[in-house]
Amino acid sequence: MNKTLIIFRHELLVTLKRKSFILVTLAAPLLMLVGYGIYQGVQSWYHPSELETKTIGYVDQAGGFDEYTSVGATFVRYPGEEAARQSLLSGEINEYFVIPSDYIRTGLITRYTMKRELEPPSQTMDSIRKFLISNLIGEETSPEVLERTKTPIVLSSIRLDETGEEMEGQNPFIQFFMPYIFALLLMFSIFFASGYLLQSISEEKDNRLMEVLLSSVSARQLLVGKVLGLGAAGLAQILIWIISLWVLVDVGLASIPGLSTASMPPGLIVLAIVYYLLGYLLFAVIMAVLGSIGTTARESQSWSSIVAMTAVLPMFFLTLIVENPSHAVAVAFTLIPTTSSVTAMMRLPTEGIPAWQLALSLSLLVAAIFFCMWAGAKIFRACLLMYGKRPSLTQIVRYVREA
Amino acid sequence: MRTVPDTFHGDREDSRSLRIEMNRDSKAIEVSKVSKSFGDVEAARDVSFEVKSGEIFGLIGPNGAGKTTIIRMLMEIIKPDSGEVRILGEPLRESTKNRIGYLPEERGLYKKLTVIDTLSYLSSLKGTSGSATRQRATTLLETTGMLPHQYKKVEELSKGMAQLIQFVATILHDPELVILDEPFYGLDPVNTRMLKDMVSELRKQSKTIILSTHMMNEVEELCDRILMIDKGRSVLYGDLSEIKARYRTDSVFISVDGELGPIDGVVTMKNHGTHYELLLDGKTSPQRVLADLVNRNVTVNRFEVATPPLSEIFIRVVRGQTE
Repeated sequence: MNKTLIIFRHELLVTLKRKSFILVTLAAPLLMLVGYGIYQGVQSWYHPSELETKTIGYVDQAGGFDEYTSVGATFVRYPGEEAARQSLLSGEINEYFVIPSDYIRTGLITRYTMKRELEPPSQTMDSIRKFLISNLIGEETSPEVLERTKTPIVLSSIRLDETGEEMEGQNPFIQFFMPYIFALLLMFSIFFASGYLLQSISEEKDNRLMEVLLSSVSARQLLVGKVLGLGAAGLAQILIWIISLWVLVDVGLASIPGLSTASMPPGLIVLAIVYYLLGYLLFAVIMAVLGSIGTTARESQSWSSIVAMTAVLPMFFLTLIVENPSHAVAVAFTLIPTTSSVTAMMRLPTEGIPAWQLALSLSLLVAAIFFCMWAGAKIFRACLLMYGKRPSLTQIVRYVREA
Repeated sequence: MRTVPDTFHGDREDSRSLRIEMNRDSKAIEVSKVSKSFGDVEAARDVSFEVKSGEIFGLIGPNGAGKTTIIRMLMEIIKPDSGEVRILGEPLRESTKNRIGYLPEERGLYKKLTVIDTLSYLSSLKGTSGSATRQRATTLLETTGMLPHQYKKVEELSKGMAQLIQFVATILHDPELVILDEPFYGLDPVNTRMLKDMVSELRKQSKTIILSTHMMNEVEELCDRILMIDKGRSVLYGDLSEIKARYRTDSVFISVDGELGPIDGVVTMKNHGTHYELLLDGKTSPQRVLADLVNRNVTVNRFEVATPPLSEIFIRVVRGQTE
């Protein structure tokens, strides 16, 4: 059997049998399940109280504001502030407000409540607004116009393509959540795989097996076998998570609007997988090389977080990229190999990526992977035996040129 | 005489002559003018030597002399600054690695892996697997007494046991060339003896063995030829018996029943309690002294021509060079 394949199989099997790996793999879906349970619990806890009708008192110093009942709120008039305050303190009403005599000119209203709140609840505000509108213009206009004034817009947007045909999409789930989830998945994979790679390489450095391995195989075989083996383990983990997420969506989340109707075109899925795998491979190689450079597992870990940050970088520009996919920043991120995968995940579902950018971005990504494999194997080889001594940057450059 | 039994010597001679017929003049390793520096430290300077097929070659020197650097250059783990290394007739190639067994000085194993899994993984990296390898593994584990531990994880083993497993892993793929860097270091006397016997056994199977050690006296009995190095330079190189003959002092250890009278050709006589040390005048051979004693009907319990141990030779060589 090919030696790279032997290393691949060994690394894959050893990782799959690792207790921490099994634990993390199983814990994630369990956590999702628990999270979903909590979400459901909170939902059923919360909904009834929201439907409760509030009793809101008011003191009409301006005059002309009649008592009014709408969905969720009943408005009770009080003759003076003192009476209203007593009712609030005794719990007869939930809150009260004062309409001053110069309200028409200033629009100023003072609201009194015993609840601690960040800002006035939107439902209460909506009720008060409707109460005011009804009283201000209710008698001057027809009930239909009054109703329209209270709710002036019910929006539905339709996107047209170049030929004027109506397009599907405009689905907030596909536009926003899909890129978000894909980018998150990729990041998780990178973090986990890098963790396993660093751990495995540091272990072999620490327990001095490196010399035995290098007397049997070449550094390139070792690097490629490890990256692919541990990569496969990481992918298996992600796959298990995706499947459990799928099941969860099927079982429980179908009720959330948007999720159930979301469907992705197959071309997009293929591209997403290609980007995912390539991006993953690039980072795995970089992480393996970093693992060989660092003197201790901890040192390598901190280096790897810096590199992993570059994968996260497009996430900071998520809104910009999703809302404005042709922006120069988005294009640049699409072309730079370390950010291209995550960025492509974001741009693909929204507006798509122009063919030339797609071709260039994929070529650059593949080229970067080959370069890192090539240079990485040399650095890897030179650094693996330098126990307790970290090479300087100039030394690393020299390794690449010389070896 | 020495502790090595006659039968052992006999075997050794037989197998050696057989071997010479088998690979006439073939060289397992050729090193010519190899130098390597790490910063200001010269780990090897103009080192040249050859290892013949089927011999046990000792790479000997104190700690930090450059032995491990030389071995790492043989294995191409480190590249020499200058000079050339040829292994089994050619510069080291990936395919050649399968024919070499290497036990590095800094050694370890996967802690979480069982003994048998470790062995099968490491041997598969050398291109051997299957039932024949498993059978060989069982035999070797039995020889080393490690068979009962084959399903234990490496972390459950003692350091000495792990070292035996490493040795088994080194020779499991039946390599032609075995390179052992400080193989006895840290082993107890029983295991040291066993390992030495296994190394001798390998030689009987016509394997070429390089033995690197700082415990010079430990390997005298094993080595055919040696390279002695100090501070990266080769200080002594050649056939071990010739070297020992060259550095022989003119003295004899002797213990007899009763009193030892004056003997012709003996300059001084030191009484060490259990035995005497006789310093000869340089013209008289040890055989003359022995014949003299036998003629005088003295019962001789021990008679040994004193050859200095390698460590002493090393000290003399190094001192001679610096003076």
